[in-house]
Order: sequence, then C-alpha cells, then structure tokens
Amino acid sequence: MKILVCISSVPDTTSKINFTADKSAFDKNGIQWVINPLDEFALTKAIKLQESQGATVTVINVGDTATEPVIRKALAIGANDGVRVNLDPKDSYSTAKEIAAVAQNGGYDLILCGKESIDYNGGSVPGMVAQLLNQPFVNASVGLDVNGNEATAVREIEGGKETISVKLPAVIAGQKGLVDEKDLIIPNMRGIMSARTKPLQVVEPTSSEVKVQGVSYDSVPPRAAVKLVAADNLDELVRLLHEEAKVI
Amino acid sequence: MAVFVYAENINGVYKKAAFEAVSYAKAVADQAGDTVTAITVNPTDSSDLLYKYGASNVINIKDEGLKNFSAKAYAQAVSEVANGNVIVFPHTTDASSIAPMLAIMNGSSLITNVLEAPESLSPFQVKRKAFSGKGFMHAKSEGAAVILTVSQNAFGVKENTVSGSEEVKNLSVANEDTKVISHEQSSGKLDLKEAEIVVSAGRGLKGPENWGMIEELANVLGAATACSKPVSDIGWRPHNEHVGQTGKAISPNLYIAVGISGAIQHLAGVNSSKTIVVINSDAEAPFFKSADYGVVGDAFQIIPALTEKIKALKG
Repeated sequence: MKILVCISSVPDTTSKINFTADKSAFDKNGIQWVINPLDEFALTKAIKLQESQGATVTVINVGDTATEPVIRKALAIGANDGVRVNLDPKDSYSTAKEIAAVAQNGGYDLILCGKESIDYNGGSVPGMVAQLLNQPFVNASVGLDVNGNEATAVREIEGGKETISVKLPAVIAGQKGLVDEKDLIIPNMRGIMSARTKPLQVVEPTSSEVKVQGVSYDSVPPRAAVKLVAADNLDELVRLLHEEAKVI
Repeated sequence: MAVFVYAENINGVYKKAAFEAVSYAKAVADQAGDTVTAITVNPTDSSDLLYKYGASNVINIKDEGLKNFSAKAYAQAVSEVANGNVIVFPHTTDASSIAPMLAIMNGSSLITNVLEAPESLSPFQVKRKAFSGKGFMHAKSEGAAVILTVSQNAFGVKENTVSGSEEVKNLSVANEDTKVISHEQSSGKLDLKEAEIVVSAGRGLKGPENWGMIEELANVLGAATACSKPVSDIGWRPHNEHVGQTGKAISPNLYIAVGISGAIQHLAGVNSSKTIVVINSDAEAPFFKSADYGVVGDAFQIIPALTEKIKALKG
C-alpha cells in the first residue's frame, strides 16, 4: 500500500501572530516552524499503517526551501521519502492543485491530511485534492482502519460519530483522535540521522493559478481590562452578565 | 447576482447554522439587489423556516441515495441545482466537506470561515478568521463565482421573513464510494459549536469526578460543556469537548472558563467569544488578561454558589 501524507509548515502553536507594518502579510520574523499539528496526527497514522501493513509513506509539502526542515522532521518520524513542490503557496486551490498533480502519477492508495492548517485555517485542501482526483473524501476523521482496498473511517459529526466504509483510493482528512496525542512520534537520534539520507524530491509547480488572495490582515483587538468580582459577591457577577453583557 | 445557500439539516431537521447561513445569504442578496435560493436535501422540516430568514425559493432535493452523507455525492447534488454567483454554506463539518469539492466542480473560488457581510461584491471581498482566531484576513476572490462557508455564531441568526415558494427536485446521484456503517448521535446534548453559552473547565478541577458541578452550571444556563487540551489528553473528558487551536474553535456569546490558565493555544480557540468569564484560584493566571469578567477564588465554592444564583435569576 502506498500512502501520501500532505504536510504543511506552520508557526509553532505558541507563536504570537503579527502582521507586517502595512498589514499586507503575515510577519514571519522570529517564528518557529512546525509540522501542522493536525497533519501530525495523519502522519502518525500513516506510520502505524507502515508498521502494521508494510505501507510506504511519502510526505508532500508545497513550499519553498524554507519548509524543508519540516519535511526532514517527517522523514525522521518515519516517512520513507518526501516530495517538495517548489512553490510558495498563495491559496488552498494552488496548493491542492500541486498535490493532486503529484498524486495523479504516484498511484497512491490513500492520501492522508490534517483537516485544516492552523495558520490560514482554509480547511479546503483535502476536499479539493479529492475532487481533483475524483476520489471519495472523508473529513474530520477520528479513526481509521485499512483492509485491502477498503478503509473504515470514523468521522466526527456535530454531536456524534459516524463510521463509514470507503473504497480506496480515497482522501481522508484527520484530526485529534485519529491517533492518541500520546502516540505522536518524537523523532529519536536514529530517525534524525536516517532522515538526512532519505530521498527528498523537489518538483516544479504545474501552474501558478490563484483563486483567492489575502488582501490585508488585522490582529485581534485587545479586550478592555478585566472586571474582577470578589468571590463572595457573585450577585454582582450575575448582575453584570445579565444587565451589562446581556448574555444570561 | 443570484445567491444560493445550503441549508443543512440533521435527520431532516434544520440546524441553527442553516438559519445563520440563510441570514448571511439574505444580507449578500440585499447588497446585490437579488434574492436567496436555499438548497436542502431530504428535509422533514417545513420550508417556512427558511422563508423566515430570507430565502425566497427553496429547492428541496429528494434523493434516497443521499440518505447517508457523502461529501462527494452531496457536492454533486448541490452543483446540479446551484447556478448562482454566490453559494453560502455554514462552516459545519458536513458543509465544509462539501464546499471544497463543489468549488472544484464549479470552478469557483472558495473562502472559508467568513465572519462578516462582504466588504465588496465586485471583486468579492470579505473578512475571514485566520491563524486559529489570532488574526483576521481580508480575502478577495479572483473569479466571478464564489463559495463561502460562514463561521458559526459569527454573523448571527437574523429573522427577515419573505414570502417564498418551494420546488421539489428528484435527483438520483450516484453514491457508491462510501457507505455509512453506523451513526451515533448523542441525544439531548447541545452542540458545542452552535451553543450560545459554553461552560469549560481545565486541570484546576483536579479530576473527572468533579465535572458534575460544571454540567450542572451548564444545565442551568442551557449551555454546552467544553474542556482544555490537557484535560482531554489525560482522558478526563472526550476529545470532542476540547476547545483550542488543535481542538474546536468556538464563538459563543458567553464563555465561562473554570480552572483554565489560558495558554495561547487555548485562547486561539475561544477568543472570538463575545463575553469571557474566567474563574481561577491563581490571580496570576494569564487568562484574566483576555477576560471581560474574572473571579479569583476556589472553583469548588464558586461554581455551586453561582449555579444557585443563576437558578434564582431564571426563577
């Protein structure tokens, strides 16, 4: 079985988000880059399938050379090889198109992704890739088993869960729960050393068509100073919520 | 500029998110001087509920093959009836699974997590949530046709009754790639993303056995319950209650955080709540800086007392 895992390089979850002085772009100064946490669940699931079913795992990232450290980290976690599409992606569509172009020729049985990236939160790439490849798509997956050319996926729905059988090849977008947080793999020294020699192919983009542009960005305005209420004066808290904030 | 909207229903019953999406579509249509057509699949609820929020036409897709959800088959069905310049979806799990597939089918631009009415219709430009709630992006569509998903609880549900008419479309879309094996819906539980009030707790509660008082407070308020990441990681509460950057992003009217210190990742998921109340025994907890109201003290005394006072208020 061949698995393709889509990974995105995103600001570390503790990053403070700033924009350039003219507000036209995200300010990358001082940012630590990590594998998108939701993609890490997908990657770990793929490595588990590699261990249990002898699958090969290829990671793909659409990005410039600055994203190579996260691809190497994915290789250190256990992916067999990596592909970087040499394009600084501008929107979900251009990213999905490049992933689909690589997947088209790769004969992958399963494409795994995180359900969204924690930077631009488009949540669009997995579904777009599925449609570009004319494959079924399961979003928000919190469980996955593969048996031959069929997968059983559990997806989260509002207020519940649904278990679905899916014909492969398919695109599955995962989230927390696809594997347990405690099972996420931290690369060991052996993994880090072997990642240096694993193949990382760089391919050129097929097009540069963009459908959505980020025109400008704003930070979240700060809230007014907190109003502290004494623990023995909860009547005041109830009054404030009822009369001032009008939320109860 | 014809405006379409996908009115999501669960087992035939419209979701609050559907009414919000219709309200949003009506605002776009008013800006464009046009009307709203709602598309829905196998509803049991009356179309009157959609006229109430501004949909003048309802296309009621009847298709046995769509009894079970499949993103691809639903996208196919919507693409067969929607031929507008703007198609609005709620940003629910199902709708945000359909929208990207539809965008590829129709060659439309897709802008997700939309927060406000459009800033401009031509070119189409709108404010959306980005960086997990730590920033906003003003996104511009490069094409004429655009699909939007509207962030839940952002625009709000706005009554705007119009006279409407319904058209039944019998489709039979192929739905062979996926098959639903089982479907578990926890009955009677309020959906976290739709809830207007959320009561959430963290490690400060010391153990899962102490969640009873959180549930009681939530019950009195008609609220959903949530938790911080460490709490779901330890297994005190299920993953689907985790709110934050890698869990669910929510925007209720009132978010009450009990025993949560307020790590930047947690704030990312909740800071678009309209009012935030923080209850923590540590006066130095960073969450107080992002709160509207705060109480420093012992949650085990404060929560039961607060529950009683709210009960009294509600009579």
